[in-house]
Amino acid sequence: MIVIGELINASRKAIGAAIEGKDAEAIKKVARDQFEAGANYIDVNAGIFVGEEPAYLQWLVRTVQEEVDAPCAIDSPDPKAIEAGLEVHQGTPMINSISLEKERYDKLLPILAGTDLRVIALCMSDEGMPETVEDRLKIADKLVNGLIQKNVKVENIFVDPLVQPISVNNTFGVEFLNSVEEIMKRFPGIHTACGLSNISYGLPARKFMNQTFMVMAIAKGLDGAIMNPLDQKMMANIIAAEALAGKDKFCMNYLKAFRAKKFEF
Amino acid sequence: MAVKDIFKAVLEFDEAKVSELTRKEMDAGSDIQSILNDGLISAMDEVGKQFSEGVLFVPEMLMAAQAMKAGLGVLKPHLADTDNKPKGTIIIGTVKGDLHDIGKNLVGMMMEGAGFNVVDLGVDVDTDKFVQAAKDNDAQIVALSALLTTTMPAMEATVASLKESASGVKTMIGGAPVTEAFATKIGSDGYSDDAPGAVELARKLVAA
Repeated sequence: MIVIGELINASRKAIGAAIEGKDAEAIKKVARDQFEAGANYIDVNAGIFVGEEPAYLQWLVRTVQEEVDAPCAIDSPDPKAIEAGLEVHQGTPMINSISLEKERYDKLLPILAGTDLRVIALCMSDEGMPETVEDRLKIADKLVNGLIQKNVKVENIFVDPLVQPISVNNTFGVEFLNSVEEIMKRFPGIHTACGLSNISYGLPARKFMNQTFMVMAIAKGLDGAIMNPLDQKMMANIIAAEALAGKDKFCMNYLKAFRAKKFEF
Repeated sequence: MAVKDIFKAVLEFDEAKVSELTRKEMDAGSDIQSILNDGLISAMDEVGKQFSEGVLFVPEMLMAAQAMKAGLGVLKPHLADTDNKPKGTIIIGTVKGDLHDIGKNLVGMMMEGAGFNVVDLGVDVDTDKFVQAAKDNDAQIVALSALLTTTMPAMEATVASLKESASGVKTMIGGAPVTEAFATKIGSDGYSDDAPGAVELARKLVAA
């Protein structure tokens, strides 16, 4: 599982305040905690600061990378903000995210063309939110082919099939899960990633449902997640589910996690 | 008191029972206004209250609204014969550049459940369309939704245009990134962080 740590997001109150007050130590701590908990990428988002986003995002990239030796997921729909982040980034970051919404697509594609950047490709178009497998595959097809034509490698693409809440339509879980399976099958070498907490919107005991949904998604081939790596139960579920899905040779990772007491909460 | 049974059936999310009881009450000659206000609408108020308290959850709110609608369907052909008027007309939509509709739909549904006439313009709605719809429908309120920080400026622009259009229409806003402070800053008449709160706010704005 490629874990994208989601906690450095300006729409979270403490983080927003830390960014505004240029509190580097607070940001570094959240970066360090996520990295130590197993995050492969540290997501950075300064979306609430209209007008200031590029400068703040650049500061976030710099601050995070002063603390941890990990790439960032630069989280913005705005090409100016993304470019500001890229300017100072060490190593190969992920861009979060391109979609098929025309304005976003046209502006982000030139940034990605011919590079080794990783990219999350969100299954959303100007026609609205996809609901069925068919809706999602139609968008994924166009996005993946568009990126490949611009010399983005398939293994650098993380398709996000878009999670919708199960509370408003009981087909939304299954349609998402089957989309993951179909995308992984149709584009060999590709990744899927998503922020899956939206599945439990409008329901109680959200963490519990999110953890269960993660296990089901891993069974279908999900191999990336934008998530809170400090959620120990979620991390434990991932390790067990990946072993069960045949992705953990000789269960070495499972055993390693056991010895590191990762199954004790 | 059988109107109370209609109220109870809505809270049991029982669509068939609500229709049946509503029909029975009508046949028995009960006051249509009372069936509507004390049975159906006040049941949805109770649902909203319990939702805000964290007792009921979104799927239950949806089921209750469906049950309430079933009763309303029975009443509707006869409402025209009474002096019943809708509680007001509300235009609702998600602002330009934003495709999220779940929150907006929940709010629209609860407003219908409260007896408002709701005109839903859908998602990615530009300012002119809001202004036009407010005029065409003689609306009292325009309710704007946004889920993205990037589309909050579109809210500001739409609120400003609605004010300029001088139709006296009130505005209210909501959505995950939206706050009371933002509503005040852009000159919106109100903000709510959930659907039942939006209903309460709409009632206040219409009465004002």
